Amino acid sequence: MRLTPMALGVLKCGIHLLGVALLGWLILAVQQDYFGADAAKELIKYCGRTALEFLFLTLLISPLALWTRTPALIRVRRLVGLWCFFWACLHLLAFAALELGWDLSLLLEEVIKRPYMLLGSLSWLLLLALAVTSNRWSQQQLGRSWASLHRAVYVVAVLAPIHYLWSVKAITVKPLLYLTVAALLLLWRLYRYVHGEVRPR
Amino acid sequence: MGNRSWRQPTEQEVTPESLFYSRRRVLKALGISAAALSLAPSASAALCDLFADTSSPPARRDPLNYQKPAAYRPDLPWTPEEKVSGYNNYYEFGLDKAAPKANAQGLQTSPWQVVIDGEVAKPVTLDVDELRKRFTLEERIYRFRCVEAWSMVIPWVGFELGALLKWVQPTSRARYVAFQSLYDPKQMPGQADGQFGSGIQFPYVEGLRLDEAMHPLSLLAVGVYGKTLPPQNGAPLRLVVPWKYGFKSIKAIVRIRLLEKQPPTTWNLAAPDEYGFYANVNPQVDHPRWSQASERVISSGGLLDVTRQPTLPFNGYADAVAGLYAGMDLRRSF
Repeated sequence: MRLTPMALGVLKCGIHLLGVALLGWLILAVQQDYFGADAAKELIKYCGRTALEFLFLTLLISPLALWTRTPALIRVRRLVGLWCFFWACLHLLAFAALELGWDLSLLLEEVIKRPYMLLGSLSWLLLLALAVTSNRWSQQQLGRSWASLHRAVYVVAVLAPIHYLWSVKAITVKPLLYLTVAALLLLWRLYRYVHGEVRPR
Repeated sequence: MGNRSWRQPTEQEVTPESLFYSRRRVLKALGISAAALSLAPSASAALCDLFADTSSPPARRDPLNYQKPAAYRPDLPWTPEEKVSGYNNYYEFGLDKAAPKANAQGLQTSPWQVVIDGEVAKPVTLDVDELRKRFTLEERIYRFRCVEAWSMVIPWVGFELGALLKWVQPTSRARYVAFQSLYDPKQMPGQADGQFGSGIQFPYVEGLRLDEAMHPLSLLAVGVYGKTLPPQNGAPLRLVVPWKYGFKSIKAIVRIRLLEKQPPTTWNLAAPDEYGFYANVNPQVDHPRWSQASERVISSGGLLDVTRQPTLPFNGYADAVAGLYAGMDLRRSF
């Protein structure tokens, strides 16, 4: 299937709308006490989960492009990835502001002492590197190593769901579900790699 | 049902004024004008319905008669009632903090039998109503510190656990007190999901050493903010042990059993390396995955009004209770 520039534009607009709508939902939800009387903790978790959802969406694009024979779909991946970074930033900001009250020394201490915080921070730093180098100019400057760098998204897909699972008080269905989705998306790639459908570059 | 069209809305059905205006504010902020609202009332109603309270009306709460002993009225700012009863960990009714308030309102709390037995001379089974009448109720302003590193200040109404225990006369063999919550998956949907849903086993069980249970600070609460407890706070009867993490303060108690041996406790069973039997608030002993040195205060402020304060040993009750643990290594017996 070929995507017309028009269709591609509509798709991109749709993705932006989704990102904005989720943010709008968040604002309304806080206003309407959807997260309960004290929204801080639930809001932090919501932002983190939304970042993970956008991450999964970026990882879903290449299988979709393959199955539907629509290679042009790849062209919306940067957009989805940037929205993932946006929600990851909100997650980090919400934690620093609403949980720690901007006590940054405590943030640093927690990151050093707690493995799950370390995983979260690493994930965010990797996403930062990917977001900063997501423009065409960086692509040209980095040449062949650009693709290697951007394979770090697979590392994030491993670290971030573990960070989530590790952070909760009791192991519940939700974090396990996120871990499963990540595993499926990665296993699909591993399967193709092992069966020689993708040649290493 | 036939004359429903002219039936006046009940008090519960009327949107509270403050909520009504906050909805207006949000819609305005989103650029939805008054004209759009009047043109599409159903659409805007649908938008608000996303967040509408679909749960049953709040459970009935009766006013209580109680004393106000000065010794238990520290000068601390109380956490507002809507937060005390709107931000709860109660996995029997769901995992989110808002879930208990949304899902617990239908809990049948009367009649409610409580069994007190085990190593006692006078085992009894009685209704919580009789308990309320038998013992002198007091309002006590206690700090409440959750193991998740947040805290509140709560005006509980209840009676000393020690008074109840003295009444049933523990035998010389009694060394521990075990508590058990209601087990009723029909009423408590979280229990129906089993361990897969919440990661803990039901019924929820807790325990204290007998000397901890006999300490005057240990309270059996039947009310909060001057009225009987709402279901989400553990109605009709819950434990409050203010120097321990909140999970020790078991809700919806149906059985109190005195024992010779230390009883199992729910969170300790779920993760023994993270939640000990004692669970005394201790800023020096971190949870393996987060610091316990400070806490986020749930106050009257809004979302951005964040207060963190240092956590006190035994949650500020060290003078009263530290003696119970003389000679113990609190790092090992966490």
